[in-house]
Amino acid sequence: MFLFGGLFLNASFIAGPLLGADSLSVAPNGGWFGYVNLTSRAFSPGVNIDFWLLGLQVLGIASLAAGFNFIVTIVNLRAPGMSFMRMPVFTWMTLVTQFLVVTAFPVITIGLVFLMFDRFFGTNFYAVSAGGDVLLWQHLFWLFGHPEVYILILPAMGIVSEVLPTFSRKPLFGYAVIVYSGLLIGVMGWGVWSHHMFSVGLGPIPDSVFAATTMLIAIPTGVKIFNWLATMWGGQLRFAPPMLFAIGFIAMFIIGGLSGVMHASPPADLQQTDTYFVVAHIHYVLFGGAIQGLFAGIYYWWPKITGRLLNERLGKVHFWIGFIGMNVAFFPMHFIGLLGMPRRIYTYGPELGLDRLNLVSTIGALLLGMSLLVFLYNAWRSRRHGEIAGNDPWGAATLEWTVPSPPPPYNFTVIPEVVSRLPRWSRTQMRAMPEVPPEPIHVPGGSYWPAFTAAGLGIMAVGALLHTLWVVLVGVVVLVVGIYSWAFEPFEV
Amino acid sequence: MTHAHAHATSTGLDSRKLAFWTFIGSECLLFGSLISTYLVYKGRSVRGPTPAEILNIPLTSVSTFDLLMSSLAMVLALAAVARGDRLWARVWLATTALLGAIFLGFQAYEFTQFVHEGLTISTNLFGSTFFTLTGFHGGHVAVGVVWLLTLLVRSFQGELGPDKALNVEIAGLYWHFVDVVWIVIFTVVYLIQ
Repeated sequence: MFLFGGLFLNASFIAGPLLGADSLSVAPNGGWFGYVNLTSRAFSPGVNIDFWLLGLQVLGIASLAAGFNFIVTIVNLRAPGMSFMRMPVFTWMTLVTQFLVVTAFPVITIGLVFLMFDRFFGTNFYAVSAGGDVLLWQHLFWLFGHPEVYILILPAMGIVSEVLPTFSRKPLFGYAVIVYSGLLIGVMGWGVWSHHMFSVGLGPIPDSVFAATTMLIAIPTGVKIFNWLATMWGGQLRFAPPMLFAIGFIAMFIIGGLSGVMHASPPADLQQTDTYFVVAHIHYVLFGGAIQGLFAGIYYWWPKITGRLLNERLGKVHFWIGFIGMNVAFFPMHFIGLLGMPRRIYTYGPELGLDRLNLVSTIGALLLGMSLLVFLYNAWRSRRHGEIAGNDPWGAATLEWTVPSPPPPYNFTVIPEVVSRLPRWSRTQMRAMPEVPPEPIHVPGGSYWPAFTAAGLGIMAVGALLHTLWVVLVGVVVLVVGIYSWAFEPFEV
Repeated sequence: MTHAHAHATSTGLDSRKLAFWTFIGSECLLFGSLISTYLVYKGRSVRGPTPAEILNIPLTSVSTFDLLMSSLAMVLALAAVARGDRLWARVWLATTALLGAIFLGFQAYEFTQFVHEGLTISTNLFGSTFFTLTGFHGGHVAVGVVWLLTLLVRSFQGELGPDKALNVEIAGLYWHFVDVVWIVIFTVVYLIQ
């Protein structure tokens, strides 16, 4: 389903340039936030917005399905001895993230259903002339959108919490506090959404409340930062690429967090909203934070996944070009924004006098692009020339490093008994893992029905896009056949 | 539904049941968004028909009673399956599905009636929010009816013994949830005007 939703969204981005003329383009043209009335039929008559919203709906269903799966797996299928407070922080943060997914996605689903009905069936949800309110969309969008911000950052925080101890040769400082902070961020993330809407005039009371909650959520985040710093303090630091990206994450996320606290204050936000200052903020938290965190994870687990290490020198080149590139690209945006350049407009006039700063920014973006090319080359190169990783190239503490790289389909030859939070660094040794399974391990057979079921959803979306009922109905039939065949398929294959 | 297999789980709770509770949590947000929107837009239609002019409370009270009774039948169906009573399992499953279908019949009648009286999904804000909210609920009831009929067929195939009681229990969780949502909708839309 991710595949189909992704195909949908990507198709809409790619088909645009391919088809050339603007009138034929199907790329979404209402901004990523899709504010109504920009996305209403009257102002976006083409299929562009239909493409966008149907793609998002399919992706939403996919994310929900994956979310239920992750939650049940983490809560219900832990190895013996793997109590909640022995779980790796990455697993913890995945759990919190998936709770956010399964609660936040239904809200955007409904927001999109309203938009779809407005566009397809002439309902009045966002029709001001019929008494509708465009702010309804903004509330539903950000009610989803702000938890989504934490859906992006919490996994990165989890990754960093795994990488830092490994490359500092020290247990994570304040494990429980980091876990509880993550939980608190997940809960509080639901109570801050209106800070995206300070400038729409909600009134002094909502503005004050959301300013306060937004400033409060900085506290658990700050707590994590101090714990990470304390983890490194006095450790035997080894600056391999995962560690560099993890440290880069901390540094850049602090900058992004500071500018975030600045526009948590409504009077300041009124100056900064819809300017490049906010664009700078989002790139420091999203690129400097989430993406660098993901790269830390990619360099860290790549050898586990593929069996070969990524080249360390190229990894460092990637990190440094990217790190310099992102700062050259995004730091000037703070000034550009405060000097008054608006965002969400594709160009800017020379009379603003911001040409030079924008040029600097562009050069930074090119550096950033180059760093990604270095990474792609490194990934391609590692297929043949990457150093063989072995079970544990990093001397890490957690369970995944006890099995071969790449892991066999059954993962562990025997289900391990977990005796501590850091099993491989613990004085109490784990039982040795036999090379081959002592008894046959049952692995469920593969099934094509999930893909078939997902195809049904894809066909339904295409039918809705074409406004053709019979295509939708074909999709429904495929979906139903898929669900039944999947449900009644014999389990033992 | 044939995936019944005994795995010891960390919580002792069956994984399918846990997944389903998570799903119900997610559904709460879905209906929560719909109901909130209905409440936010209440009384803001710029033209009629208004809820007071068009809602038939006695009629919907009957269909609400019908749906509540279907939950009772669902409980009895689960009890019958659990004790291995095939006859009564079939009777109560069929009853639950039938009561669900009757509720849908009431809804179809109500919708048709409203359209005749000049309220469609595009007439005003009330029409948009009302049909979307109750339509989403009706869709859930329809899925539930199909699910119950599937269980009924499995019972006739001899595939619904006491070992499969969990399958019925999960269908019951869904059915009761949809029922509870209706109680909220009935209160918010029909009773508090």
